[in-house]
Amino acid sequence: MAIPTVIGTETEYGITVRNQPDFNPTISSAMVVNSYQGGRARVQWSPDEESPGRDARGFGHELFGIAEVDSGLVNVVLSNGARFYVDHAHPEYSSPECSDPLQAALYDKAGERVLAAAARSVGRILRPGQNLHIHKNNSDGKGNSYGYHENYLVSRSLPFADLVKYATTWLVTRQIFTGSGKLGSENGRPPVLYQITQRADFFEEEVGLETTLKRPIINTRDEPHGEPTKYRRFHVIIGDANMSEVQTFIKLGTTALLLSAIEDGAVPDALELADPVESTWRSSHDLSLSRPLELADGSSATALDIQFRYFEWLSRYAEQSLPRQVWGKVIGEWGKTLEDLESDLTRTSDRLDWTAKLRMLNAFRHRDGLDWNDPKLAMAALQYHDVEPHAGLAYRLEGAGVLRRLFTDAQIDRATSDPPDGTRAYFRGRCVDRYAQSLVAANWDSLVFDIGEEPLKRVPMMEPLRGNKALVGELLDTSSEAADLLLALEGG
Amino acid sequence: MAQERRPRNRSPRDRSTYKKPTPHGSDTAAVRQIDDLLDEIDSVLEENAEEFVKNYVQKGGE
Repeated sequence: MAIPTVIGTETEYGITVRNQPDFNPTISSAMVVNSYQGGRARVQWSPDEESPGRDARGFGHELFGIAEVDSGLVNVVLSNGARFYVDHAHPEYSSPECSDPLQAALYDKAGERVLAAAARSVGRILRPGQNLHIHKNNSDGKGNSYGYHENYLVSRSLPFADLVKYATTWLVTRQIFTGSGKLGSENGRPPVLYQITQRADFFEEEVGLETTLKRPIINTRDEPHGEPTKYRRFHVIIGDANMSEVQTFIKLGTTALLLSAIEDGAVPDALELADPVESTWRSSHDLSLSRPLELADGSSATALDIQFRYFEWLSRYAEQSLPRQVWGKVIGEWGKTLEDLESDLTRTSDRLDWTAKLRMLNAFRHRDGLDWNDPKLAMAALQYHDVEPHAGLAYRLEGAGVLRRLFTDAQIDRATSDPPDGTRAYFRGRCVDRYAQSLVAANWDSLVFDIGEEPLKRVPMMEPLRGNKALVGELLDTSSEAADLLLALEGG
Repeated sequence: MAQERRPRNRSPRDRSTYKKPTPHGSDTAAVRQIDDLLDEIDSVLEENAEEFVKNYVQKGGE
């Protein structure tokens, strides 16, 4: 049996300040992180446990992650179990580990509220006329891309070569329902007016360790953030950040489902593409969803055709092997989306960012007689991703019932403060809430406490599903000080 | 928009129920709602769009 699902997402947000001639994105990002007033602990993110240069193909360490070291200066852990910090020149929210895709989508959305709250705090100290804007997008339209990464726990016993073999075509073809939509093309790709994804143009390799240059479809970073003999963390860097709640759920749920099915040998054919890199941007540029991609065996199929094949295998696998409650919903939303993409893709504008945004832009074009290159369209396309609730156009579409929602505002707000119950993020988040003063360092797989005596106390959390509410909830409720908690953990 | 598709083994629903995609015109509820929304969006759209978009330059990340 495949191991239980653990999912987390990382979002680097776009940042800009209007009317600030000396705008520096790194400084502004640091202000955003430092200004957040929600439940948090300012900690050292322990770099000794991080090994972003380790390669899943077994190439050992390389010199990477230098920016990661600096980020220790501006780093907070939130009471919902997330990490909020400055990565390169962007504020980044890394969600807590979640044990199902619905929850993972909820905590992904909670990140938008965290950023919006932090941006409001910064707004109070900016000069009059200066406005900070945070966008949940992945490209500035001028050749610069920043990431949205998904993380899925998989078994170490699954050979990495199998992941490469079976997941590549999935990641290329799922773009038809994971894209957030973008005006134009970048990175030297052929010109288009509009395309499905923000990220596709930037992918240049099939497999590799890099994330900033020569981006690969399959990233080989081997950094399990857990017991390394049992787990891998499959680090997906090719997706778009989505505003749509439903789309985020479908993207995470279907990909987790595929990975479980690969582990269980339930994907009978790798459906290998002849040229995965070219297929990536070509399918993103194909708004008609009709262009065939060449397969390695000499046949051809559209991305949609290929997705229907996956649907056949994965829907059967889910029915036979997985609990119906969440996974039935994944299958239902995914199947409906594939059908709608085939029959009339405008029907998906209630759940997919790329079609919702396209509808909005087309409506403006027709009403106002605008050319595709009109700045108003570029503004609307960008502002779709603004996380300020009043200004963000995706939220306007939600408010009008155009974009369907999965969560209430109250649920999302609660997810900015309370951790998920089912993983070690519960322990991390509750410790931030109760013992922030004693917490000095953190990592995904450990917390370090200073309770006034040498040496510092380190609590390892190598099992992502332990440290959950069922296991430690009562202990945390009854330990009023960090020292009480540590004593009980040592005793137990 | 879509051309003829190659046959496949199975799809979630009988293929005969599908309509051809329509690029702009389909009169779905979502389209009408978006049209109604344009005035509201106009009222919150950033001023000086050209200047905002021109100056929107991000550093590469990840």
